Amino acid sequence: MTLDTTTLNAAAQAAPAATRTQWRVLKPLLGMLLPLGIALAWELAVYRGWSNGRLVPPPSRVLATIMDLARSGELTRHVVTTLTRVGAGFGLGVVAGTMFGAICGYWDVARRLFDPTVQALRAIPSIAWVPLFILWLGIFETSKITLIAVGVFFPVYLGVMGAILSVDRKIVEVGRTFRLSGAAMIRRILLPAVLPAYVVSLRVGLGLGWMFVVAAEFMGASEGLGYLLIDGQQLGKPAQIVAAIVIFAVLGKTTDWLIELATAPFLRWQDGFRAGGAA
Amino acid sequence: MLLLDRVDKTYPNGVRALERFSADIPQGEIVAIIGGSGCGKSTLLRAVAGLDRASAGLVSLDGATIEAPHAKIGIIFQEPRLLPWLSVADNIGFGLGDLPKDVRRERVATALTRVGLADKAKAWPRELSGGQAQRVAIARALVPQPEVLLLDEPFSALDAFTRADLQDHLLDLWADTRPTLLLVTHDVDEAVVLADRVLVMRPRPGRLFDDITINLTRPRDRASPLFESFKRRVLTALDRSLDLSVPDGAGKSAAGDAMWW
Repeated sequence: MTLDTTTLNAAAQAAPAATRTQWRVLKPLLGMLLPLGIALAWELAVYRGWSNGRLVPPPSRVLATIMDLARSGELTRHVVTTLTRVGAGFGLGVVAGTMFGAICGYWDVARRLFDPTVQALRAIPSIAWVPLFILWLGIFETSKITLIAVGVFFPVYLGVMGAILSVDRKIVEVGRTFRLSGAAMIRRILLPAVLPAYVVSLRVGLGLGWMFVVAAEFMGASEGLGYLLIDGQQLGKPAQIVAAIVIFAVLGKTTDWLIELATAPFLRWQDGFRAGGAA
Repeated sequence: MLLLDRVDKTYPNGVRALERFSADIPQGEIVAIIGGSGCGKSTLLRAVAGLDRASAGLVSLDGATIEAPHAKIGIIFQEPRLLPWLSVADNIGFGLGDLPKDVRRERVATALTRVGLADKAKAWPRELSGGQAQRVAIARALVPQPEVLLLDEPFSALDAFTRADLQDHLLDLWADTRPTLLLVTHDVDEAVVLADRVLVMRPRPGRLFDDITINLTRPRDRASPLFESFKRRVLTALDRSLDLSVPDGAGKSAAGDAMWW
């Protein structure tokens, strides 16, 4: 009797253990199920002739378009152009947003002086600046990069300022009892305390940067992924449009992941909802 | 010698938290400040720490007026207030920034062993229990070797068992360098276990009501009749401090004395 229960228990424990291992392997793949399923279904539908796929190209045709673009070297040219624009705009926006956010968060007078104006400017949809930027800065790179920088500026500014304002007074008091100077207080208390929120604002800013590069490239570009979109629309090449969208998705996700990867070592201390746990 | 001379504190909203509080505390003495809520205990401690300025009166340590946080005064708060981005060892060494690296490392290692957390040096604060975190906070306050250590209800958030354990531990650590301890508490047991002297405060505005010397030898037996009688004396003083019919300065009550003597 005793033996029986033991065997049973052992069997019962062994079974979930095996499933759990499988589950760990399968879990990341779960997210792929829906997009892959839809892609396969559409591919099949076009292959069997249920649809001609002229307006909604099947995955194979999109892939072929990407391959063609890659072979002719055009893909690299468009990707490099767009990445350069996003990089430059993001960089400028982050530098300006961080500086203004830090000054307004740290210094009360500056916040009272600048913040109402910045908030009012933030209320303007950034695309509304496009005509003015073109008049002021021409239709080439300067106006495009400025637009992207404007888009990136606001979330970074808000993120930095909000993070500084919400640093725990109790932690700051610890710095005061150890008589930290102003600079040491910033370096040893404020900076690390602000970092998690700062990383989030960088990621939001980058997302907006990708959004605005499309807007910028719509306003008259001869290269870039946004140009591929417009070109595909004007010449009736839906496969090229979808190809550009797919590349946007890949680039956006990759750059976001790079930020996450670069900042992860500094945020290991966080006591989040998944701290220490396996995702 | 820590000197509090007619310290007065009125907050900007008009609340008078402290009224002419005076006390002389010799070096190495353990003083507990006890009183009902709102009697200005924490206000007093923050004034001594230099975190808040007194509205009037003077706090001085060895003749130097305290107006801002002072190198020789350490403080332990009710919460551990560890910096979550630093390891346990780096938290303890936080106040040693001026020392060379090897001296700092050695002092931190000694302190870690002293509070029994040598194996947790590399842990993050989030991985500690409440009692462990408060021990790290004690070590952090003690490694710069302060002359005065202020404690603001340091054990009130812990369970009874951990609290008793940490009280003994604190006395142990105190014996190493014998700093002055100024402890704010609302726990009569804690006051009588730790202190050489218990200052009873009365609220609204906070002022000194009674000054009770606890001349019991250490280590103190929490179950001894003598301990009990001291506890009763402090309790009686506390009760009378809240009784509005008892005038100020009547702290040294005949009844309380009679109970003990």
